[in-house]
Amino acid sequence: MKKEFNIIANLIEKNSKVLDVGCGDGELMKYINENITSDIRGLEISKKNVQRCVEKGLTVIEGNAEKDLEQFPELSFDFVILSQTLQAFLDPENVINELLRVGKKAIVTIPNFGYWKIRIDLLFKGTMPITKALPNEWYNTPNLHMCSIKDFVNYCNRKNIKINSSNLSFKNLFYELGIFIIEK
Amino acid sequence: MNKTEKVKQLIIDKPLKLDCGQTISNFPIAYETYGTLNEKKNNAILAFHALTGDQFASGLNPITNKEGWWNYALGPGKAIDTNKYFVICSNVIGGCMGSYGPSSINPKTNKPFGTNFPVITINDMVNAQYHLLEFFKIEKLFSVVGGSMGGMQVLQFVSNFPNKSHTAIPIACTASHSAQNIALNELGRQSIMADHNWSNGFYEENKKLPDKGLAVARMAAHITYLSKKGLQEKFGRKLQERDDLKFGFDADFQIESYLRYQGSVFVDRFDANSYLYITRAMDYFDLIKQFNGNLSKAFEKSNTKFFVISFTSDWLYPTSENREIVIALNAIGKDVGFVEITSDKGHDSFLLDVTDFLNTVKNFLNTSHNKLNEKRI
Repeated sequence: MKKEFNIIANLIEKNSKVLDVGCGDGELMKYINENITSDIRGLEISKKNVQRCVEKGLTVIEGNAEKDLEQFPELSFDFVILSQTLQAFLDPENVINELLRVGKKAIVTIPNFGYWKIRIDLLFKGTMPITKALPNEWYNTPNLHMCSIKDFVNYCNRKNIKINSSNLSFKNLFYELGIFIIEK
Repeated sequence: MNKTEKVKQLIIDKPLKLDCGQTISNFPIAYETYGTLNEKKNNAILAFHALTGDQFASGLNPITNKEGWWNYALGPGKAIDTNKYFVICSNVIGGCMGSYGPSSINPKTNKPFGTNFPVITINDMVNAQYHLLEFFKIEKLFSVVGGSMGGMQVLQFVSNFPNKSHTAIPIACTASHSAQNIALNELGRQSIMADHNWSNGFYEENKKLPDKGLAVARMAAHITYLSKKGLQEKFGRKLQERDDLKFGFDADFQIESYLRYQGSVFVDRFDANSYLYITRAMDYFDLIKQFNGNLSKAFEKSNTKFFVISFTSDWLYPTSENREIVIALNAIGKDVGFVEITSDKGHDSFLLDVTDFLNTVKNFLNTSHNKLNEKRI
């Protein structure tokens, strides 16, 4: 399992109610389901991935996070997970608002555009950075709204969203991935 | 062997008050079972059939000598695995395969009821079938499943009996029959009624059946079960056993010939009045209205775990209508999964060999069953 998933799973409280938005093939959900809480379900846009989740015996709803979060009532989950998909939405701000509406807490991870390797790529090569977390070329990347850890923290502060933000400058340079718990 | 020997019947002696106001009692429900009920009686599935289905879901239908309507999905080793589960399927009331319907004999006249039979609803069908649980002494079903009208029965069942099934799979259905579908059903009914032989529903006395009207109804309906793409790929403009157009009104095109054939074989197995009654029941189905515009209320008392399935090319019961069910369940935090299966086979997809669909049903049932058994240990 990805290291990122381990960190996310450790943030979730035992027997809490969880929604994994953009749950992919259900790898993270499966781990959480078996080890932390069985009250977990996923929302996934890809039919292929929905099938994989069903094969794993997970509860999954085929749908689009940008419009289908609407159907969930306010604060209906203890945790809502959004793993590395925020940057791919047309309207990330709306998704963040929806996450905080349906979840008491949201766990959001982003590929950090402030990561030193990315800065070096752009500075010395003058081309769009390609890294493990961002493997695509500029013309085929699904990512529409890239941001750095600092950008995301600044955004939350501006919007009065509570966020963990210790060692911000250090993390912004040396962390490939930002993992946050946010709440209203 | 005649028909009655091949049909298992349960006589319901308890009176059943129908939505139309009439009460029926001592009426038969024809049923069939597949697989074995285990000792704990926790492996039972109630499968509901669609408009023209019957209790013979799997194996050979002994009346028509054709394969059961859900042979792809239901049977030993299949998605609904009868080596594992005990499946009950019964003919709906209003039907014509041995359950109480318009072709049953009216004891007052010693003739078939015809259109004197009371109008039936999906709610009535489900309430009648509930007696099968008591008959088999099943405290709680493992699952209720069905497509199309069968899916409507699944929804109504969970609404009426909130804690009588662990899981539910409504497939290619709706919570409220649409104007388009009422229109299409009315087309079928009018075609039956326009057949001179229909005689206001009392055709049995004349020994002349409204076969032509029923065949046209079936032809029209059959088109709605397919998709434009599916039709184009299967038939295109291919000609039927001829090299060129004949400049007449015979079946020049394969699609014409196919539809005529579908109509002609249908009349051998289906009763015209049953077609009227069952389509009416579908039209009257509106679970949203039953709960004053709030579908969530229908499922509020239930802890049943749902899995809703729709098909991309189904324009009769489109994904949007299936999704309404998902939304209603999510809105009250119920456990629901949903998938839209890619298929060019139209509404009929749920009856056909559509791998993703069959795998979804299989995986959902098996993993849910395993989880239930884990909990018990």
